[in-house]
Amino acid sequence: MTERMDHPGEAALVLADGAVFRGTALGAATDTWGEVVFNTSMTGYQEMLTDPSYAGQILVLTYPLIGNYGIDPPIDESRQIQVRGLVVRSECDSPSHPRGGMRLHDYLAAAGIPGIAGVDTRAITRRIRHEGVMLGLIVPASEIEAAKRQLAELPDYDTQDFISVGTEQPYRWRNGVPTPLAEELDGPGPHVVVLDQGLKYNILRNLKRRGCQVTALPPDSSAEDILDLNPSGVLLAPGPGDPQLRELQVNTAKTLVGKVPIMGICLGHQVLGRAFGADTFKLKFGHRGGNHPVLEVPTGRVAITAQNHGYAVDPDGLMADVEVTHINLHDQTVEGLAHRTEPVFSIQYHAEASPGPLDNGHLFDRFLAAIGEARGD
Amino acid sequence: MKKPESVLIIGSGPIVIGQAAEFDYAGTQACKAMTEEGIRSILVNSNPATIMTDEGVADAVYIEPLTVPVLRRIIEKERPESLLPTLGGQVGLNLAVELQDAGILDEFNVRVLGTQLDGIRKAEDRQLFRDLMREIGEPTPPSVIVNSMEEAREAVAEIGLPVAIRPAYTLGGTGGGFVRTMEEFERVVQTGLDASPISQILVERSLLGWKEVEYEVMRDAADTCITICNMENLDPMGVHTGDSIVVAPSQTLSDKDYHMLRSASINIIRSLGIEGGCNVQLALAPRQDVTAWPAESIREGGGVGVPHDEPLPYYVIEVNPRVSRSSALASKATGYPIARVAAKIAAGKRLDEIANQVTGRTQAAFEPALDYCVVKIPRWPFDKFEAGDRVLGTQMKATGEVMAIDRTFEAALQKAIRSLEVGGKSVLWEDAEAEVEPILAASTPTDIRLWHLLSAIRADVLLDDIAQRSGVDPWFLERLDAIVQMERRLLSEPLTPSLMLRAKRMGFADEQIANLAGSVDERIREQRLSWGIKPVYKMVDTCAAEFDAVTPYFYSTYEEENEAEPEGGNRALVVGSGPIRIGQGIEFDYASVKAAQALRSAGWGAVMANSNPETVSTDFDTSNRLYFEPLDEEAVRDILENEDGTLNGSGAASGGSGVEVASILQFGGQTAINLANSLTKAARPILGSQADVIDLAEDRRRFERFLADLGIPQPPGTAVNSVDEAVLAADAIGYPVLVRPSYVLGGRAMEIVQGVGDLARYVTQAQAAAPGKPILIDKYLAGIEVEVDAICGGPGDDAVLIPGIMEHIERAGVHSGDSMAVYPAPNLRAAEVAKLVEYTAQIGNGLGVTGLMNIQYVIMREDSNADGDVYVLEVNPRASRTVPFLSKVTGVPMVEVAIHAMLGETLAEQGYPSGLWPATPLVAVKAPVFSMSKLSGVDTHLGPEMKSTGEVMGVDVDYDKALSKALIAAGMAVPQRGRALLSIADQDKPAAMSLIRDLGEAGYELHATAGTADLIRGLGIDVNLVPKREVGGDPDVIDLIRSGGIDMVINTPEQISSTIRDGFYIRRAAAEQRIPCFTSIDTAHHAVAAMVEGSADYNIATVSEYTAGRVAVV
Repeated sequence: MTERMDHPGEAALVLADGAVFRGTALGAATDTWGEVVFNTSMTGYQEMLTDPSYAGQILVLTYPLIGNYGIDPPIDESRQIQVRGLVVRSECDSPSHPRGGMRLHDYLAAAGIPGIAGVDTRAITRRIRHEGVMLGLIVPASEIEAAKRQLAELPDYDTQDFISVGTEQPYRWRNGVPTPLAEELDGPGPHVVVLDQGLKYNILRNLKRRGCQVTALPPDSSAEDILDLNPSGVLLAPGPGDPQLRELQVNTAKTLVGKVPIMGICLGHQVLGRAFGADTFKLKFGHRGGNHPVLEVPTGRVAITAQNHGYAVDPDGLMADVEVTHINLHDQTVEGLAHRTEPVFSIQYHAEASPGPLDNGHLFDRFLAAIGEARGD
Repeated sequence: MKKPESVLIIGSGPIVIGQAAEFDYAGTQACKAMTEEGIRSILVNSNPATIMTDEGVADAVYIEPLTVPVLRRIIEKERPESLLPTLGGQVGLNLAVELQDAGILDEFNVRVLGTQLDGIRKAEDRQLFRDLMREIGEPTPPSVIVNSMEEAREAVAEIGLPVAIRPAYTLGGTGGGFVRTMEEFERVVQTGLDASPISQILVERSLLGWKEVEYEVMRDAADTCITICNMENLDPMGVHTGDSIVVAPSQTLSDKDYHMLRSASINIIRSLGIEGGCNVQLALAPRQDVTAWPAESIREGGGVGVPHDEPLPYYVIEVNPRVSRSSALASKATGYPIARVAAKIAAGKRLDEIANQVTGRTQAAFEPALDYCVVKIPRWPFDKFEAGDRVLGTQMKATGEVMAIDRTFEAALQKAIRSLEVGGKSVLWEDAEAEVEPILAASTPTDIRLWHLLSAIRADVLLDDIAQRSGVDPWFLERLDAIVQMERRLLSEPLTPSLMLRAKRMGFADEQIANLAGSVDERIREQRLSWGIKPVYKMVDTCAAEFDAVTPYFYSTYEEENEAEPEGGNRALVVGSGPIRIGQGIEFDYASVKAAQALRSAGWGAVMANSNPETVSTDFDTSNRLYFEPLDEEAVRDILENEDGTLNGSGAASGGSGVEVASILQFGGQTAINLANSLTKAARPILGSQADVIDLAEDRRRFERFLADLGIPQPPGTAVNSVDEAVLAADAIGYPVLVRPSYVLGGRAMEIVQGVGDLARYVTQAQAAAPGKPILIDKYLAGIEVEVDAICGGPGDDAVLIPGIMEHIERAGVHSGDSMAVYPAPNLRAAEVAKLVEYTAQIGNGLGVTGLMNIQYVIMREDSNADGDVYVLEVNPRASRTVPFLSKVTGVPMVEVAIHAMLGETLAEQGYPSGLWPATPLVAVKAPVFSMSKLSGVDTHLGPEMKSTGEVMGVDVDYDKALSKALIAAGMAVPQRGRALLSIADQDKPAAMSLIRDLGEAGYELHATAGTADLIRGLGIDVNLVPKREVGGDPDVIDLIRSGGIDMVINTPEQISSTIRDGFYIRRAAAEQRIPCFTSIDTAHHAVAAMVEGSADYNIATVSEYTAGRVAVV
């Protein structure tokens, strides 16, 4: 175990059920609070830290050795670290990799994000598994009692509006970075408009790699705003929070179905599910990891998927035109939907990976094929 | 695909370097899986020391040689509908291919389950594999075959330095090497072209120093592909993965690297059509400041450095299209039973139809998530073979391995070191020879490089320099540095609770803390517990705690929450045998597994502790609870206290019964038995023979007195402390004498000495090696050696059951583990047997043994007509190497009976009498198997020190047939006609005469060195004189062997223990040529006799058919 010497402050993770885990402070010297969730991926801490779907959450990494290969800023999945706090068993202060030289601690500190190291992350994970996700705080060890009092006053994760996590301004994805909307599109490929509710850049990289021109719009863009751009296809992107709070996006989706090919990912999938008449519900402790098996119903094949979601679509209310195409083998929850007649489909998991297995990029091909068909290519 | 009704499973044969107990684990799982699927399993293996060959594991068990003719007869008899080729290691795979090539599979309509042979060929054939990789766009190291210097220069211009030069058709890569500069290149290319008989070399891009990474991948017939685990080698490319320190999961790979290689692995198994498990080995570009690599290695594009949107370059090295050593490691590292799932896939199941037994609620279609770090360290035999070449390369040299689990690398590594049991080499050990220039020592991969790396760090060599010289990634060196920094703190700071906790979390054993802090182990333990610093146990659950799991598989760590709550009820800890090594092989894992099973069948809870990932004992369903831990006092006491409920929380509150959990130590070889004393001191109860019994048998003085009191003779002998004393003692006893250091077991450093010169040399050396320790001198009795295993009911019962008596083919002086042994003893007289039975009962009861005991006797017949005198050579109050062999051939479930005896049942209550169990109507011959071709520099001659790595059994209705089969299975069978080379020491010449006559009559072409040639000519037999190398001549004796012109070597060593002799080179040449080499006249005589008798008429039958007498005696 690497014990940090340069910020040996004692810190504690205080959970809503009263449990306290003591460790050493990591990253920024500040308090934080959020919904405490765990992810079981063994690699990809930088991608997870910058995944906007973790907004409002304190992330517990179950793999105990974090920071081994350092930080490589160009692979960030969004413009900043998105988690509210990080909990690790052991953080590495001497990373080694051909690419990444930056230490995890410095990366967190520079971004003003606190964390805690040296705690029994497996015990925390087991507690969350048994009790369900709950709020928690990371505070200096001297403030544990105050933190316990503070917990009662914190707002529920589910009631929080995370709309602002999505982009505020429209942008184009060019040369691997977001750039302001230009007058002209930059090539002949299909134009995909992405409703950015808090996406990972790798979705855009995947589209670009397949020859698309990519425009991202703020999450409150209307169907008219979207259709005005004359898109070849629309991607409803992931983002944080309860899909019940996304009625605006649900209505947008309803309007778009039948007019343009649509692919939904994660929150985008939940929004589509609601647009198709289904309800959504909160999972006890969510699905977060890189190893979840999903049955592709049409092929009988099992896909290993990257997941990060706390809610799921209840298939009961789905309209007859929509079928469940993907099922999680662990708990039988819905992992994918498809419209029977329109080029509209969605998946609950992350085809863009980053972090996670690269097995599901073919879903972008499927989206492109649907676009091609609609365009008459 | 339709599920078959029956399946033939081929085992991997004897344990040799590169093929160890992991295939017993795989085969056993496969048989269980087939039973679950309702498929009749027919198992063939020549290795009796396996669980898979036990009655009840498969539906039909054949312990027969693994050859095409034998398998043909089994197929003809059993008519299996299918064959599962991928669970018996390379041996099983090769046999399956041979069976197909011979048309046998087609002839009997046997279909291959799982991965098809076509896919296996594509994976195994270098060219086919490269072609396939090119087709699917996976990179393999660029290489060009050239026939001249000019072509070589063109090739290197294209490939870029550094390159590896591999000459065609030279043994062991002679004449090749790695080159970094053009100057070296010119030189090595020339040597290579000269060395190759066809002047051809391969110029290949050198990946020396690249990261070596493995993926364990599975695929089912529905094309679902998953990776079970990836592993990263601490030793970079250049060291065989079996000889590398391995960590799981990878530590220095980013998410991008990890999944790039994962995708490549899946891509590869799809292209091969794997249905089951597969191992993929890849090389990934290292840090360029550690090992430089040319920029053009980048698959596309180029330029200096690697742009961020370009993946790191990698190459596919090779695949194993089967269950492997790595997959056994991955199974134990993750909890995912690869062999079981592979077998089910082969039976037609999809991954999502197979239950994950670990969680009890999910399916096999997922990828394990680890929330701990696993470290594997190989176990090498250089403690036995000091003369062996310790440098590691592409030829694997380790006999076994240990694995350790903890939440950090430092702690897992330190536990793994504790598990190795290499002659007191703790993490603090320093190699005196490396002290002068530690960085130099650390640059060469050897079995002790880990210690050299630590030494270099302790000597304050810059980590960057160590990384560049060793190729070890700085991440690993930083972790070693953290260990060294903690050592310094423990040396210099007062031991506070916080420092102690930090040290324990880093994996420091109490013993090392005591060492550094200037205290003693027991004091540290007391202090630690008084400070509340104690381990908790966490579960290996395949899912990083995401789901509730039911596996009772635990490892210790110093954290907060303990998951291994005491269960209560009657239970006992079976201490396993640790890594496979010479002298302590798979036999002891067999015994440990049987012990756990017997406890469970007796209604007791079986708790298993072991550190060896290759074994059946560490399968999570062998015991009620498995602790994957080092087998030292600290770890075992912690486990016991945790099971009591006294370590973590109060026993009563946690459901503990208040009864102290007892340990069973007699099945785990010397590893377990060595704990008897310390556990007794710690007032821990032991089931079975008590510590004092062991001490009485091992303490020479006490034992001498004990035997004398019983009136049982042992060879005269004494302990000496100087050369003068030794010479006097030897004169009194009479030469030859057997000399050995006191308290060293397994025949280590034991020699037979013929005269005063050698005696003086031996004593001088032994005293230098262990000053102050006495040396034992015994009369060497060259009689018939006999081995007896017995089960003792213990005090109060006094019944002693002898399941069987084995007679050695070699006369006394050859280590029993290297001897061929015959059951039932063919040449003993009734009076001698009676005496053996009487002595055995007297010793068992006299010592107070409860459970198993092994005694080695020698019978001296002064007069060939009179009954011999029986002398006791050695008593081991524990399960011996021969327990599985004897259990199988006698039908007495020895371990089970022993366990019941320990639990208080008398033998009579179990339905067993005292005395010798009636012999079964069969003859069984146990033959040793060596791995000498893999250990350069090691002398192969048989002696008092054990050298074999494994064993086979030949069983039939008579001796000749059984012997023939044992020799065939051991690879020691000699052809009916051929060329023999003889070079026999003077003292063996009289005994060799009838052997020479037999060879002559058989029509053998004889070649011999000078003295032996005289002897042969004197017998009136034609012989070609071959010059010894020291005499000179062209060709000399070594050239003759290497040219392939010899089918068998008979070479007995001069009784002077110096390796710089012709005999040594003769034996090494034979080992490298892989031809039978007999160093004992006795063995050679029996082998030649078996050849003359002819072997074609041996029977093929299951073990139960032989034991039940259902095989007709022709």
